[in-house]
Amino acid sequence: MVSRFVSIWFRYLEADHLLIREPELKDKVFVLAGPDRGRMVIREVNDKAEAQGIFPGTVVADAKAVMPSLLISDQEPGQVLEILNELAEWCIRYTPVVAVDPPDGLILDATGCAHLWGGEHAYLKDIGQKLKAKGYHIRAAIAGTVGVAWAVARYGQVTPLIASGEEAYAIAPLPPAALRLEPPVLEKMQKVGFSRISHFLGIPASVLRRRFGQPCVTRLRQALGNAYEHIEPVRPVEPYQERLPCVEPVRTRTAIEIALKTLLEMLCIRLARENNGLRKAIFQAYRMDGKIEEVSIGTYAPSCNVNHLFRLLSLKISNIRPALGIELFVLTAPQVEEAGRQQEALWSYTGDNDLTEIAELLDRLNERAGNNIVKRYLADEHYWPERAYKPVASLTEKPVTTWPVTRPRPIRLLPVPKQIQVSAPIPDYPPMLFRYKEKVYKIVKADGPERIEQEWWLQHGLHRDYYIVEDEKGSRYWIFRLGHYQQTGSPEWYLHGFFA
Amino acid sequence: MKSELVERLKKEILAMEGFCTPTVNSKVHFGIKTLEKAFPNHVFPTGAIHEMMCATPEDAAVSSGFAAALAGRIMNDGGMCLWLGQEISPPALRFFGIAPEKVLFVPPVEKQALWMIEEALKCRSLKVVIGEIKELNLTESRRLQLAVEESRVTGFFLRHNPRSLSNTAAVARWRVTALPSTETGIPGIGYYSWKVELLKVRNGIPGCWHIAWAPTGFAEQAAPVTHPSKAVHHIKTA
Repeated sequence: MVSRFVSIWFRYLEADHLLIREPELKDKVFVLAGPDRGRMVIREVNDKAEAQGIFPGTVVADAKAVMPSLLISDQEPGQVLEILNELAEWCIRYTPVVAVDPPDGLILDATGCAHLWGGEHAYLKDIGQKLKAKGYHIRAAIAGTVGVAWAVARYGQVTPLIASGEEAYAIAPLPPAALRLEPPVLEKMQKVGFSRISHFLGIPASVLRRRFGQPCVTRLRQALGNAYEHIEPVRPVEPYQERLPCVEPVRTRTAIEIALKTLLEMLCIRLARENNGLRKAIFQAYRMDGKIEEVSIGTYAPSCNVNHLFRLLSLKISNIRPALGIELFVLTAPQVEEAGRQQEALWSYTGDNDLTEIAELLDRLNERAGNNIVKRYLADEHYWPERAYKPVASLTEKPVTTWPVTRPRPIRLLPVPKQIQVSAPIPDYPPMLFRYKEKVYKIVKADGPERIEQEWWLQHGLHRDYYIVEDEKGSRYWIFRLGHYQQTGSPEWYLHGFFA
Repeated sequence: MKSELVERLKKEILAMEGFCTPTVNSKVHFGIKTLEKAFPNHVFPTGAIHEMMCATPEDAAVSSGFAAALAGRIMNDGGMCLWLGQEISPPALRFFGIAPEKVLFVPPVEKQALWMIEEALKCRSLKVVIGEIKELNLTESRRLQLAVEESRVTGFFLRHNPRSLSNTAAVARWRVTALPSTETGIPGIGYYSWKVELLKVRNGIPGCWHIAWAPTGFAEQAAPVTHPSKAVHHIKTA
């Protein structure tokens, strides 16, 4: 695909920004000034001041002499970058790759984006109109290289649409400053009479390098598309992302659902083609007032099932507050896994699509009732009853160790053992009766003891001597004595579970 | 001739009520002939919902064991189970013929439990859903019944001490309580024994059995088989 770049030039970036915040300055002539070598120097002017002949670089005192009514605001250091970053975030609605171009511009990688707005002309127009509506004076151009887009946005006079391959024609009539060169180089060029780029386009690179240095050659090559120019996007680009700009801002649930479904279809077709499935999805809605609303979901197994993902996300649509309206929807899949691999790892006793369906069920339960609510347990190599099994997150993880079958375990295990009172013959006999919750249970049959020692490398404490006991009615209990009988006091007894 | 016609019509009515005549493959044998006779077509109804009443924690444990044993039989040829409840200890399921890693455990979430059970019952890939829910009214149970008729999942509901014993759409209502374990000739505790009461069964005959759970599976005990003592449970027989 042919690369296309948009360069946006904010002519009065800070002045416009100030105006947006303080609209009462609208008809005033004002400048932004900052200290420079002990003097206050004008850094930015608004269009009214420019008309009066006041330009950046003038000392404030001089400007005041020319125009006593001039309003002067202090320039805050670092503010330019802040504003540009903010604008870059806003511009993500036009393309995922937006870079800041200090001091007064943005660069958008519009490759493959413009057709969504109905062509490059409409694309540029939309950018221009939206930014103008926000209150910025801008000039924008689109070209096959960053350099040409930059040059045409600032110095071009014919058309902002430069077709790929016509870079040389486009920049030929422009002044050398359009090549983003340092002032000393520009001065040198002026001295030798190079007032247009066309004057030195034909000069061999080695000669240019000798006279004007390497940057001049590099910039020229970059502008003509012979050298690569890197731009640093404000947000890293997600490989799996789909975008849906709205013609009109939308506010209703139905509209959001339609957008979601469209995006999911786009994403899932791609995932299915690459035999991938997503594990995590983020659905973002860019609002008119610049805020971003987002909801996200996670899945148990890689999924590219539109209906399932739609169901999960639509549970959360009510969390999106559209306010004045949503202009752009973005669906990102930050975690993508190969779908085939999971299929192979299925247990032998489940069919092919069995696990997918179960995974989808678990996703729904998780989304509705909280994360990681569903647990699967595998045997763990511990004798201590509370540690005999461990939860696993994945549906496909296979047991590494087998479940012990020789020692009976109760079907219902109390999370915390409950203390009971017993009367038991010493030393190792099971109790004759025990009292729990004000009720006495007379023991008829018993098995035990089964001693389970503390795992000293994990936890210190007394060992447990477990007994399985059955009362007169036939109910079976799991009780234990904590530690040995001692001279002082009797050991504590606990009820830990119920057998079937 | 006439009796044949009646038989055929009976089967049709059963089919309309959601009891499909099971094919040979889908038949699940539990090893207790007399118990199976209580059900329509003499087959334990899978793809339906059963409820089990329990009053005490001991009953709950016994009912869990019985449900697990039944589920183990249903899942014999593969499949997974979802258990909505607390305090179940996975290692113990091994003794009832279920591989614990085939069971998904979900703690009951306030006000979401029924929704979760319904979602689970709709999932065709599960074989069994065991839910511990206290209250279940007719409307709710009908919804669940409709879900299983579609998906053929078997549902067991353990109802701890329910406030009301209203009618539900469940195909059977059980009460399982503990009996002293069987004598095996060795001192100590023998095989788990249960008194299994089938309080209500749609189109079947309620009854009471003494059943032991031996390592080989269910074993019926020689205890006298009686019909439920009280006639409180009106039986809808064909």
